[in-house]
Amino acid sequence: MNVIARLSLLVCLLAGVCVAGASSAENPAPENPGKNEELQRVADTSGRYGGHLTVGQRAEPKTLNPVIATDAVSREVIGRLNADLIEINRATQQTEPALAKSWKTSADGRIFTLQLRRGIRFSDGHAFDADDVIFSFAVYMDENIDSPQRDLLIIDGKPMTVAKIGPYTVRFTLPRPYAAAERIFDGLAMLPRHLLEKPYREGKFAQAWSLNAQPSEIAGLGPFRLKQYVPGQRIVAERNPYYWKVDRDNHRLPYLDEMVFLFVGTENAQVLRFEAGETDIISRLSSENFNLLAHEGTRVSSQLADLGPSLEYNFVVFNQNDLTGKKLDAIARKQVWFRDLKFRQAVNAAIDRDGIVRLVYGTRGTPLWGNVGPGNKLWINQAISHPQRSLETARQLLKSAGFSWKTNGELVDGSGETVDFTIVTSSSNAQRMKMATLLQDDLSHLGMQVHVVPLEFRALIDRVFQSFDYDAAIMGLGGGDADPNPEMNVWMSSGTSHLWNLGEKQPATDWEREIDQLMQRQMVELDYNQRKRTYDRVQQIISENLPFIFLATPNTLAGADGRLGNFHPAVLDPNTLWNADELYIRGGLENAGTR
Amino acid sequence: MQVRVRCKMSGKITWLIILLVGLHLLLLLAGFVAPYDPAAQNRELPYAPPTRLHLWDSSRFHLRPFVYPWSPVDDGYREDRSQAYPVHAFVRGDSYRFLGLFESNLHLFGVENPGKCLLLGADAFGRDEFSRVLYGGQISVAAGIVATAVTLFVGSVIGVVAGYYGGWIDETLMGTTELFLSLPWLYFLLGVRAFLPLHVSAVRTFFLLTCVIGLIGWARPARLVRGVVLSSRTRNYVSAARGFGGADFYLLRRHIAPETFGVLLTQAAMLVPRYIAAEVALSFFGLGVNEPTASWGNMLSALQQYSVLISYGWLLAPAAALFVTSVIYYLLADALHSRLESR
Repeated sequence: MNVIARLSLLVCLLAGVCVAGASSAENPAPENPGKNEELQRVADTSGRYGGHLTVGQRAEPKTLNPVIATDAVSREVIGRLNADLIEINRATQQTEPALAKSWKTSADGRIFTLQLRRGIRFSDGHAFDADDVIFSFAVYMDENIDSPQRDLLIIDGKPMTVAKIGPYTVRFTLPRPYAAAERIFDGLAMLPRHLLEKPYREGKFAQAWSLNAQPSEIAGLGPFRLKQYVPGQRIVAERNPYYWKVDRDNHRLPYLDEMVFLFVGTENAQVLRFEAGETDIISRLSSENFNLLAHEGTRVSSQLADLGPSLEYNFVVFNQNDLTGKKLDAIARKQVWFRDLKFRQAVNAAIDRDGIVRLVYGTRGTPLWGNVGPGNKLWINQAISHPQRSLETARQLLKSAGFSWKTNGELVDGSGETVDFTIVTSSSNAQRMKMATLLQDDLSHLGMQVHVVPLEFRALIDRVFQSFDYDAAIMGLGGGDADPNPEMNVWMSSGTSHLWNLGEKQPATDWEREIDQLMQRQMVELDYNQRKRTYDRVQQIISENLPFIFLATPNTLAGADGRLGNFHPAVLDPNTLWNADELYIRGGLENAGTR
Repeated sequence: MQVRVRCKMSGKITWLIILLVGLHLLLLLAGFVAPYDPAAQNRELPYAPPTRLHLWDSSRFHLRPFVYPWSPVDDGYREDRSQAYPVHAFVRGDSYRFLGLFESNLHLFGVENPGKCLLLGADAFGRDEFSRVLYGGQISVAAGIVATAVTLFVGSVIGVVAGYYGGWIDETLMGTTELFLSLPWLYFLLGVRAFLPLHVSAVRTFFLLTCVIGLIGWARPARLVRGVVLSSRTRNYVSAARGFGGADFYLLRRHIAPETFGVLLTQAAMLVPRYIAAEVALSFFGLGVNEPTASWGNMLSALQQYSVLISYGWLLAPAAALFVTSVIYYLLADALHSRLESR
């Protein structure tokens, strides 16, 4: 018996040694920078190696394929596994070299010549060069793959062309000058031709790099590489030992051994897990959860950041879509009101924006009167007026538009029909639900009968984008980039997010025509000041004609474990993980990975 | 001994019925008892905690309770002791329809403006939680009672027909009850509600909701009624009445149906709280009565947010009201059941 006990102890000890050996071998040590590698030095960064960072995600990613991913959760993971030619520094909101160490723009702003870094390698050790860039753009621009990034590369219906000038030089030619064209490159991950050319040629690209793919089948140029995917639970990414950035002491980044993406489900679960210390970093916090984390103090240590107004804008949109052939007669009748500028102006005047900010965001939000909020300092038109709430003005506007009031206070239009409509919003977004209830109360003071209908998010999107079976909706947009170009699809009459009137063959109104012209113009103007003037005019037209009635913007709120170093959350997405390569655990290895 | 037990039961039942009547009267007279309009927002007072009633100020004791207004500070609210508002009985305030019959603005109690007497605190929009619990109770409890009535009507008709006629009618109807009993009713309700139109008023939503809740619950009472009918239709007095030429309807009305009353009463006491909970569940998931109309379910839905749940305990008031109501109903059902057994 004694012998058996000793033997089992020995076996246990040996197994322990093996496991320990295996785990120390699991985390690849960063390679010392080689002489032939043109690495990027992040001058003001220093940190310590080791540890892992756990991130709670509200859903499970759908794919790891950067070309076809559309959802934010997938892109959050993909962004850490891949890199772009030029990237937007989220802290400065300016572009800076990434895989391209430098670039030149021709005098007419149409030709971009990029010099790639020499000697750098994908996370599987394979060298990166111009052929990978040519291959990547061929995939992004392939009509059959229908990448969401493709729209950015098609200007005036013509694709940009890419040519290999040398093994480390590529030239992009745009069909016409394009303002801030270098910003396009951010978000276009460079793909390994040696791994993906085969599935691409075989027409199986869309199936490549699914979640079930083996880690050995996936390689990128990002700070991390895929280590393990456990369905329904987590994705583990480990350090890319060949990453192309070094810190000021010439230590290869990233500092962290691993990043773990934990699928927790909901915002509540995200907060609970963070509070319990099971995750280390949290972004897109609501003001209530932010205050909770700030006051509770149940977490051992945390650093919370309120970055001020975000780029997101929340608004009410009235359905002005063409409903011909849709069998939506009741809505079509109400569209007479919705298309009346005075009606929209009256609604705009009746909204208690300060109340919305106070009740929805606490003090961590800002009222909005336009699509560009104070968070976007480069592009906001400061001249746009901020009229205070005035029910009297609203009543005057309604009266002058032919509306009147019954003895019981109900508002009726010229034909005697009661002004009665529904506002739909996403049931999963507590903030917008609150806005809807406040709006309902505000408009009841004008005698409008407003019903709030919470809808499941996909049902809401279907109604707003497809069936047009809604009266009004509260939605939110923005947050991607501070530049006006990503807003093209909202404000151009042909845009895919031109929500109030989708699928216009030609501008329905003169002011929409003017916006079309101005947005086209700002896209090709290369001088910032001139572009700013053009976009100022766009904002002014929008605030005068109110296709959207803007409500408020939340502050960007984020938090992290107190021991996380180089935590510099930013207003632009991804707020907290944009500098994942620089994040490190203070105190180094002895504390790292204890959770 | 037998007599004593029955007397004790009767006493318990009486007390429970008095409690229930009191509770329902409170809800019925919500407009009068509640100091404020349930939809009236106070945007300066989101999540204000329950107002404290005071009898002492810094100098002396007051016979009439008074309140201090809440004043917002960085981390919540504190009492502004610079001014006190005495609580008065029978005050004029927001107007409401008394029992749905006539306009009134008389309230049981209240304080002078701008003071606020928020007995159970305020919700996210600064609405008085106490007033909303009362008005919300009207919707939730009425939904429970109406749905129960629908269920018992349908259930007893089907039960009586199946039990009395027997044969293939019985087999078909009882087969259907088995199908209905096996339904996961909450998911079924969620599914059915999703098919109902979105653009409906609170009143129509209420009726649709109660009908749907009521119509799918008939299976169990139908079975119980059938059992009672089955046993009573062969009793001697029924056979005798039939022998004297009593028609089916006469026999059912005069001799058989009265036998089912006890079962139906017990079932009613059990079904009401269950259906109140069904309404609460649907409204909790946003499928019931919509804002700004209060119902216990849509009031509780605010607690789906973790931060609200742990920060503002007074918003659990509708859950407490639901608990108390359910317990009284279940105690009554239990007492009625015991009484039925002892007969």
